[in-house]
Amino acid sequence: MDLADRGIHVYLVEKDPTIGGVMCRLDKTFPTNDCSACILSPKMADCAGHPNIDVLTYHEVQKVEGEAGDFKVTVLKKARYVNPKECTGCGDCLAKCPVKNIPDKYEYGLTTRKAIYIPHAQAVPRVAIIDKDYCNMIKKGKCGLCQKNCGKGAIHYDDKDEEITLEVGSIIAAPGFQVWNAANATEYGYGRYQNVVTAIEYERLMCASGPHRGHIVVPSSGEDPKKIAYIQCCGSRSEKKGWKKYCSSVCCMYATKQAMITKEHGDLQEDIFFMDIRSYGKEFEAYIHRGENEYGIKMHRGARVSNVEEDPVTKKLTISYTDDENNGVSEEFDMVVLSVGLVPPEGAQEFADMLGIELNEYGFCKTTVYHPLETTRKGVFVTGAFAAPKDIPTSVAEACGASAKAGAYIVDENFEPCAPKVYPPEKDVEGKEPRVGVWVCHCGINIGSVVDVPAVAEYAKTLPHVVLSEESQYACAQDCLEAISAAIKEHDLNRVVVASCTPRTHEPLFREACRNGGLNKYLFNMANIRDQCSWIHMHEHEAATNKAKDLLRMAIAKACLLEPLVGAEIPVTNAAAVIGGGITGMTAALDIAAQGYPVHLVERENELGGYARNFRHKEDGVAVEDFLKETIEKVESNKLITVHKGVTVKDIPGYVGNFNLQLSDGSEYPVGVVLFAVGAAAYEPTEYNNGKDPKVMTQTVAEKKIADGSFNGQDVVFIQCVGSRSKDVNYCSRVCCAASLREAIQIKMNNPMANVTVVHKDIRTYSFREELYYRACQLGVKFLRYPVENELPAYDGNVVKAYDSTLGAEVEIPADTVILAAGIAPDRENKENLAKMVKVPISKDGFYFEAHQKLRPVDFATEGVYVAGAAHWPKFMDECIAQASGAASRMLTVISKDKLISEGITAISNPDRCDGCGVCVGCCDYNAITLVEQPDGGLKSFVNPGLCKGCGCCVASCPAGAMEQRGFRSKQIIAEIDACLDYPVGGE
Amino acid sequence: MADFEPRIVTFCCNWCSYAGADGAGVARLQMPTNFRIIRTMCSARVDPEFVLRAFAKGADGVMVLGCHPADCHYIGGNYRARRRIALLRMVLEQYGFDPKRLKLEWVSASEGEKFQKTIVEFVDTIKELGPTPLVKEAN
Repeated sequence: MDLADRGIHVYLVEKDPTIGGVMCRLDKTFPTNDCSACILSPKMADCAGHPNIDVLTYHEVQKVEGEAGDFKVTVLKKARYVNPKECTGCGDCLAKCPVKNIPDKYEYGLTTRKAIYIPHAQAVPRVAIIDKDYCNMIKKGKCGLCQKNCGKGAIHYDDKDEEITLEVGSIIAAPGFQVWNAANATEYGYGRYQNVVTAIEYERLMCASGPHRGHIVVPSSGEDPKKIAYIQCCGSRSEKKGWKKYCSSVCCMYATKQAMITKEHGDLQEDIFFMDIRSYGKEFEAYIHRGENEYGIKMHRGARVSNVEEDPVTKKLTISYTDDENNGVSEEFDMVVLSVGLVPPEGAQEFADMLGIELNEYGFCKTTVYHPLETTRKGVFVTGAFAAPKDIPTSVAEACGASAKAGAYIVDENFEPCAPKVYPPEKDVEGKEPRVGVWVCHCGINIGSVVDVPAVAEYAKTLPHVVLSEESQYACAQDCLEAISAAIKEHDLNRVVVASCTPRTHEPLFREACRNGGLNKYLFNMANIRDQCSWIHMHEHEAATNKAKDLLRMAIAKACLLEPLVGAEIPVTNAAAVIGGGITGMTAALDIAAQGYPVHLVERENELGGYARNFRHKEDGVAVEDFLKETIEKVESNKLITVHKGVTVKDIPGYVGNFNLQLSDGSEYPVGVVLFAVGAAAYEPTEYNNGKDPKVMTQTVAEKKIADGSFNGQDVVFIQCVGSRSKDVNYCSRVCCAASLREAIQIKMNNPMANVTVVHKDIRTYSFREELYYRACQLGVKFLRYPVENELPAYDGNVVKAYDSTLGAEVEIPADTVILAAGIAPDRENKENLAKMVKVPISKDGFYFEAHQKLRPVDFATEGVYVAGAAHWPKFMDECIAQASGAASRMLTVISKDKLISEGITAISNPDRCDGCGVCVGCCDYNAITLVEQPDGGLKSFVNPGLCKGCGCCVASCPAGAMEQRGFRSKQIIAEIDACLDYPVGGE
Repeated sequence: MADFEPRIVTFCCNWCSYAGADGAGVARLQMPTNFRIIRTMCSARVDPEFVLRAFAKGADGVMVLGCHPADCHYIGGNYRARRRIALLRMVLEQYGFDPKRLKLEWVSASEGEKFQKTIVEFVDTIKELGPTPLVKEAN
């Protein structure tokens, strides 16, 4: 969508019949417990409806030829046997299909489907498909029932696979992942024991749209579970045959989420068994605490479950594990959920060979720390879990980043953005009496079999201002859409109302028909007489018909008062400001400049580089110092990047497209967008007499000493979580575990006789960083786990004293050197100063708070302002780089345009009524409303259409009735209420 | 009272509860026909005036459905709706009008079943309460 928004044509090739991937199968998402379908469905609809995106579902890439900037991609269009242009997704065909009981892949086999099916309720596109392996007509030439039942004639048994060729400049690989096959874990009995399910199956069991409609039951008995166990690292973090060495990164969080949501379904006991809890992400730690303390989920730390046994009579499951006191315990549960890991997608090797890219040792796409979005082939980029197991926001940020990189191969001086469609001029309706055209849809039999459609259409004719009322078999069909466009001219209609399905999916289609007929699209209204009438009142023909009449009457009443709307044009300054000259800021600046737009890069220090200047280690064989030097040179020599060093930001007044960057040296620059890449700060510990005791040092100091050869510790103890996961700082700093292990390995490599111990609460080397944990163990680094709730271990200058959870005893470790894994502090004051300038929020932990934790990870709610890197949350360098590119892409979507068109349904203030009380200002979450002083000294509210999102909250808050929402004016809504209640039910 | 069919006006926010109502349809969940949905972009758009208007015009019950707390498409609109409806219920009670006739509920886009349950329960509640006293007085 980022690319398409910039006028670049995008082919979205998906081998499944619907887009949405794994996320649309999830119930809720951590750590906000947002409903997955709620947040994803609008995105899917936007994507499918985007004029610059060809969504090619049920297509598969066959061959890639050519080179970066000029690829030729051969794609197989698989036979669907249903024409997506004709299919309305009504489902009539499904009802008659005699071939039943085919395991439903979308539901992970938990339920069955027919040979013709619609993948799921939220499928995009919502189009049926025939499974040729099961269809009697295709296999044996006998049946044809679905074709007979399709009122649209959309079914074609002679459909054939077809090859098409796409010419593209760059390619983004996003095939995702699959879950590990739990049948490999024979000790857990998956596949043998009915009540052992995988987490992804459990997700469907929990989901309101899943096979049990969200009612969680024990599979063997159908009863409500009383006790559920979650077994972590199923398939991950083990060298056992068939298992994966790496950590799957997301399972700790999703298991906790599942346990929390299950608790909301009913009272029960839930236990999670894990080795380390890896809640390293933004607000993850607090989430785990909530699960444990508020929801009462039992957390069994350091407990790797050895096996699961089933009672053959009761089907209950017994789990054996070691408890906190080191006792072997067996406990019985009703259900066991296996937290299965993430593995490369099916056919990853063939896919990689076809694209000409390499995979890493784990079978995921090969990338490097400095180039996390680039594959081994120029012009081919990667995003999401195909590169490593990762969560949704990281994937989204990377997806944006990959589009920034991909765009660079397409946008050059000869680039012509996709031309916008030309519509006939819109007719002037000002002051004209409404002339309403009405279409009432049968939707095959979906509406017509319940609602008396002819009666409803006849009834519409009796209503004021209706000049035309017609029935239609399928209002969304091309013939009807053309008829609507034609009727607008022929009957001089100035309002159109369609009574059919839901505006959420079909309003854009009908609005388009209005525009094609020369009518402003906001003069259209819809009555939902299918989803919200015929489908939910299937056995009440008369009452449903009456309801349909009422809904139509209400829609017409509102339509008569609708007015043409035009989004306001907002000019855009085609330049960007990047605040912060660390790796994140520099990466974003380079990505923006690479596409020809000027950037102002502001760094408060006198040199670029940020915190990475402290690093002395290597990543992928290249020293961070060298990479940094190279990057700084690229930035400073780039003609489009103006570097402002040793200055701070004074203020950033303005709004999206039109900010004025004011610096402390008095200079000012107009910019269209602003990125906060201000990083964070290293926590400077006061614990352990740090800074005074020469035996005590931070990781950063140790890294420098190890690098310059001055490190001479013989008995070395690393203490983790200094300044993290404490009473005062309730978050994990994410990077310290891997950093300690990297240093521990280096110390052991330099001096194999050194005694190195890591004292920790959990080791959080997620994803492929788990390799560090293996290596450290192999080299003889010792690990001591102490209880999470304990104070930091004591150090008296000679020994570190800590309680060893595994031994169950206090131990003393001799130490001549103590290295503190000092956490990352938010640098809150600096963040707050900037935050105030553009009114963006800061999280309780002191990091910037993005617009949406899952799907808008680098945007702020304030449009035109973005965040990336450690300013958003502590993260590794590769994550910072990917996120920086992601922010660059988001910024490019704005500054690559000359003007923005605001949403039409924005609020507007009537100055004649406004008395300047300011209630509206306080209730606007988008800071779209300001009080403007008038010549007479009074105040009037003013809505900036560039910032208004059209929620209408301010309108309801205005005590003077001055505020209005276009398209949802009070008089329009009141007209609906009156039209509903001024008449008896069903009209006459 | 047995044949009393209440008239209920239901305001749904575009992003969650309207989608939830559609979801109920997709799943063919059956429910009483007594309600009519009016779509607003956010539950916070529901001006108390609309609710009062509906009651004044003879609605036996009014429902306002929005996104779950923290799920609001517009950051915090549903919290404002919650406050307004709470206040409005107090006002209704002060005027001797049973506040049970006004209901606020959260229904997410995937909760077709919750939508159905909410409708069924509210229709039952209103049936128990009987026809709105306002119409009786007007008549």
